[in-house]
Amino acid sequence: MTHVGYLIAGYGVTFAVLASYAAWIVGKKRALARELPPEERDPRWP
Amino acid sequence: MRSGVGTRVLGAAAVASLALLSVMALVVTPQDVNQLDAVRLIYIHVPAATTMYVAFGITALASVLYLVRRTRAQKWDTLAGASAEIGVVFTGLTLVTGAIWGRTTWGVWWTWDARLTSTAVLFVLFLGYLALRRVGGSSDVRAKRNAIAALAASIDIPIVHKSVEWWRTLHQKSTAFDEETFLHPHIHGTMYWTVMLGLGAFLLLFAWLLINRYRLAKLEERVEDEGLERAIAERRAEALTGSP
Repeated sequence: MTHVGYLIAGYGVTFAVLASYAAWIVGKKRALARELPPEERDPRWP
Repeated sequence: MRSGVGTRVLGAAAVASLALLSVMALVVTPQDVNQLDAVRLIYIHVPAATTMYVAFGITALASVLYLVRRTRAQKWDTLAGASAEIGVVFTGLTLVTGAIWGRTTWGVWWTWDARLTSTAVLFVLFLGYLALRRVGGSSDVRAKRNAIAALAASIDIPIVHKSVEWWRTLHQKSTAFDEETFLHPHIHGTMYWTVMLGLGAFLLLFAWLLINRYRLAKLEERVEDEGLERAIAERRAEALTGSP
């Protein structure tokens, strides 16, 4: 296989960025949900 | 905050299709005659660029829906902001994967080519849009301002897409996604279907990200309102008791 370093960089950056962004969204959503009073929390749709 | 079953299934489908894409792109598809294995970067670069168009297209559409009196609702501004943020992420990935592919094929990381430059301008325009969304004001004033800025930035979307036809560019013309090549693509076999699989996988992931980013934005609004209500209640209580 040729261009191995470039392939690792391209796929690595892409999947790392997408996974980090998805994790940030889920983490922040959970943290904010805890700030709301329990009666205000909608388990399905905020 | 729990996700619905549909969102979980969507997330699982996105992860599974991305895993399948990795196998198809890195193992199954053959080398290109000219680009050798560097062609494998195309299987993530083209889907990232197409997802960028979809994300900014949704932002533009939601902004129009907010500006039209009959359909005006806060949810359109929230949706526009959520989609724009994801669009910026995919634009960044388009630029990075394109630069890596360009280094292997053209011999340079960057050149002031019309497609590359207009894409970089789009990235900066929507970064500015996201910054503008943080500027204060009443919710209606902010939403109108956001919508106008989004539409102004969106003027660059067709310029990016048509740049390879309007100017002589180093970047190749569309291989699979224009009127001429959609039905008769210039790539064949597993290469073509792997690009399509990449597109499907990235769009599934985009849909999952959009749903969750939208929910997060609604939560941010509610927590902000909750904090405001609590502050007002505390000030009223202070005024009644006379204590600072």
